Amino acid sequence: MCLAIPGKVLETFAKNGMQMGRVQFGGVVREACLEYVPETKAGEYVLVHVGFAISRVDEEEARRTYQVLMDLRQLTELDVPEVEETGRNPGDTRGSA
Amino acid sequence: MKYLDEYRDGKIAARLVDEIRRIQTRPWVIMEVCGGQTHSIVKNGIDYLLPQGIELVHGPGCPVCVTPVEMIDKAHSIARRSGVIFCSFGDMLRVPGSDGDLFTIKSEGGDVRIVYSPLDCLKIARANLDKQVVFFAIGFETTAPANAMLVARAKQEGVRNVSVLVSHVLVPPSIAAILQSPQNRVQGFLGPGHVCAIMGYREYEPMSARFKVPIVITGFEPLDILQGTLMTVRQLEEGRAEVENEYSRILNREGNRPAQKLVASVFEIADRKWRGVGSIPKSGYKLRWEYREYDAEKIFDVKEIDTREPDICISGRILRGIKKPHDCPAFGTLCTPQHPLGATMVSAEGACAAYYAYGRHLKLEKEEREPLVSLGGAA
Repeated sequence: MCLAIPGKVLETFAKNGMQMGRVQFGGVVREACLEYVPETKAGEYVLVHVGFAISRVDEEEARRTYQVLMDLRQLTELDVPEVEETGRNPGDTRGSA
Repeated sequence: MKYLDEYRDGKIAARLVDEIRRIQTRPWVIMEVCGGQTHSIVKNGIDYLLPQGIELVHGPGCPVCVTPVEMIDKAHSIARRSGVIFCSFGDMLRVPGSDGDLFTIKSEGGDVRIVYSPLDCLKIARANLDKQVVFFAIGFETTAPANAMLVARAKQEGVRNVSVLVSHVLVPPSIAAILQSPQNRVQGFLGPGHVCAIMGYREYEPMSARFKVPIVITGFEPLDILQGTLMTVRQLEEGRAEVENEYSRILNREGNRPAQKLVASVFEIADRKWRGVGSIPKSGYKLRWEYREYDAEKIFDVKEIDTREPDICISGRILRGIKKPHDCPAFGTLCTPQHPLGATMVSAEGACAAYYAYGRHLKLEKEEREPLVSLGGAA
């Protein structure tokens, strides 16, 4: 679970005082915290581990690493539904209200 | 069974294997300390491609595996309480404690949730002010910046109903513990790439010098592992013991400074127990005193729980490179991923679980090895 997944930064924005981005991994787009790679710009590629970008990579490296992770079946964390601002987790049948 | 031409560049792989064979004059034992590398080695049969005498052994590189049963029992004790929303990375839910796993607790009505990012816990906490949200903060150095950010942000934003159950471990002290063991047979290490993307590799340098052992920071792709192995064998053959960086396209000696800074502000070094290995001094993190109000162990006053691993399990010796999964009489029979007896079987990145997943419990290693060695030469 220490592997980071490469993705493309679609946009960057500030949220609650934190630098964030929308990052595309294959067909999935997730929010990621960019505080640890603050110089990152939209259009660049980053390695993301549990919702945090930890390193910038070039496009070729990103493409190849993504393929290797797919072969290793190491992309399952991307299947975990994103928690909405309401705290509701779409995959959680218990609800949260 | 894997063929060289299945790799993204079979010719490079074959050249690397040939070069290792060319320079090797005697047997060497090399350990990787990264669950991702273990998984990649076993899936791609990289250990079988290497020349006879180059043995890869699989160290304590899976954080889920080395989380002690006592800590898992504490997690379960907290998750069972009413008024608690217990959040965890998905990998931890299946790991059995002394009495069931988190999935069982969830099915019995416990509010257990899988989160993608530790920051998800903040959203859940803000939306459930009448509940205490507890996050199971496990992992190596790679995960520490994410878990530290959850705690730092909770304090900064004044979110009081979130806390963390910390079970953080560090790679360098585990390598030192392996090298200090009188039974040690490991002569070189493939260092963990994504751990060093955060921490850099300065801290490995005194260890490499002190124990006279090569450490090559390596990625997890098949060609990375072959290249890292070649660099390690070259050092061993030349009598050098240095830290080298095979993964320079991702990381440098300094690592990620902003991440290191935040981790150091939230966590401090502490002794930690490793499942299968035992207590290792200064081998993990605990919360700094300034963040004690976010410490789930203090909030919930969980008792110290004494546990015992089954006598038959040899995972401790596997994690130190003394044994392989095949050496265990329970491997694939009494002990399977569905009913794991010890550390190396509880997560897919553990050595025993990886061997099992790729069918190595079905054949003897020696039988499988023959055709692959000749393949390596022919390609």
